[in-house]
Amino acid sequence: MKALDISGLRKTYKGGTQALKGIDLEVEEGDFFALLGPNGAGKSTTIGVISSLVNKSSGDVKVFGHSIDQELVEAKSCIGLVPQEFNFNQFETLLQIVVNQAGYYGVPRPLAKERAEKYLKQLDLWEKRNEPARELSGGMKRRLMIARALMHEPKMLILDEPTAGVDIEIRRSMWTFLKEINKQGITIILTTHYLEEAEMLCRNIAIIDKGIIVENTSMKTLLSKLNKETFVLDLPIQSQPPALKEFEYRNIDDHTLEVDVNKDVGLNDVFRQLTDQGVTVLSMRNKANRLEELFVRMVESGRQQAGEA
Amino acid sequence: MASRNLTALRTIWIKECTRFLRIWVQTLVPPAITMSLYFIIFGSLIGKRIGEMGGFSYMEFIVPGLIMMSVITNSYANVSSSFFSAKFQRNVEELLVAPVPNWIIVLGFVGGGVARAILIGIIVTCVSLLFVDIQIYNLGIIIITLLLTSSLFATAGLINAVYAKTFDDISMVPTFVLTPLTYLGGVFYSLTLLPEFWQWVSKINPIVYMVNGFRYGFLGVSDVNYLVSIGLLVVFNVVLFTVAYQLINRGVGIRS
Repeated sequence: MKALDISGLRKTYKGGTQALKGIDLEVEEGDFFALLGPNGAGKSTTIGVISSLVNKSSGDVKVFGHSIDQELVEAKSCIGLVPQEFNFNQFETLLQIVVNQAGYYGVPRPLAKERAEKYLKQLDLWEKRNEPARELSGGMKRRLMIARALMHEPKMLILDEPTAGVDIEIRRSMWTFLKEINKQGITIILTTHYLEEAEMLCRNIAIIDKGIIVENTSMKTLLSKLNKETFVLDLPIQSQPPALKEFEYRNIDDHTLEVDVNKDVGLNDVFRQLTDQGVTVLSMRNKANRLEELFVRMVESGRQQAGEA
Repeated sequence: MASRNLTALRTIWIKECTRFLRIWVQTLVPPAITMSLYFIIFGSLIGKRIGEMGGFSYMEFIVPGLIMMSVITNSYANVSSSFFSAKFQRNVEELLVAPVPNWIIVLGFVGGGVARAILIGIIVTCVSLLFVDIQIYNLGIIIITLLLTSSLFATAGLINAVYAKTFDDISMVPTFVLTPLTYLGGVFYSLTLLPEFWQWVSKINPIVYMVNGFRYGFLGVSDVNYLVSIGLLVVFNVVLFTVAYQLINRGVGIRS
């Protein structure tokens, strides 16, 4: 079954800004799906329409087969939303926030309290349950919004940049948590600026730019399109900078070398040439996230095509 | 479905009551102090020189009006500030993403305003007991007028908050509309003291009907027929509730 089925979705805001120009998108049940795009691409508008915070101009949206036009209550019940900005009452305690949210979905108070304990404990917030939300750190506030979104046990969780501004340790613990609940069967749709995050978590991906879906495919297929990567090699301090034949390279300083390597060529020849010159490689890393390179390329090519058209 | 809606309604109502009880110093104490001052200045000091009004001591005469004044301002302020804050902090989105029917949202917020108004009504009544013995002519009319008036102004506060874009916008109506209408609504005087023309003008002011309906419940005297008061309150409630529901339905000020 399709968790999400969007066809011909358009949104024009009052000022005339066309945020969505007729997008089609399908997400299968149980998927971990990434929606990527630069700022102002239409990600949050898409999520806003799915979750009833933005009125669409035209098009159809179905959540687990329920149209948001005809079966809004059923559609809403399937969705848990973690928005980009903190939108809880800063003066309420964590417990009040999550228990009230469950109540809005019709979850009786005793059951809501049980679930509050479950999710606040899972997200390491239980100790803070009686504190006002404004006293939490940024990472804790993000986790609170995840706990709140899970209180009615939705079939689909939508997260709009959930790890923005969160330190790496908390980000990784959130990834583990999201993977775990996805394993339990919850469909997850994620928008993020951290492309590493999408690569780590998601099976399928759509890239949106200027209100148009530029690419919609599996993460595997997308990454296979990447045919060139840049590696940064750390070397001992060199009196003579090393040189490489048939590779594009740059000596960044006297102990750092940057090399562009085509996927079908491989790295062996780079090492061979450096060994021949008596250069030891101390360590090596990718210059940028591979997906990031691909993402920039796709967005640029999409814009060029739009320009040509 | 009905049980889910009931749970949602109860949740909004509890949340609203928790809110005004949490900030009791701002919500419950000021009306008690203000009304005490009214009772001391207008009731005890000036009232003694005024003598009787409508067959009752001036203090007895103004008590129902002063209770009603607190009910009106507090029911309005509760919902306008609460709903505007929910808009401002964007936590109204918690409700908009959930399967809560829009009429439940309206009813929940209005219910919160009514709860605060009733509590304030009780507090002000208790304060008035320090100054005068209150008599009750018809408790049923008191309760009906109290409920209908508080729900009417709570709904009006919600409509104000829907349109408000800044905090100034939610203080404009109470300052420039509500306060003058309340003061000219017969809280401190009987309409019979006015020249005929101004009596007629006063009867355009809806607050006259609320104050007099409430006064009738306490004292059994009124400048207008209490049935007309209750009838008008019902009509106004239906009209404003419909307007508020339509505004939320259309997402005015809350959905882009």
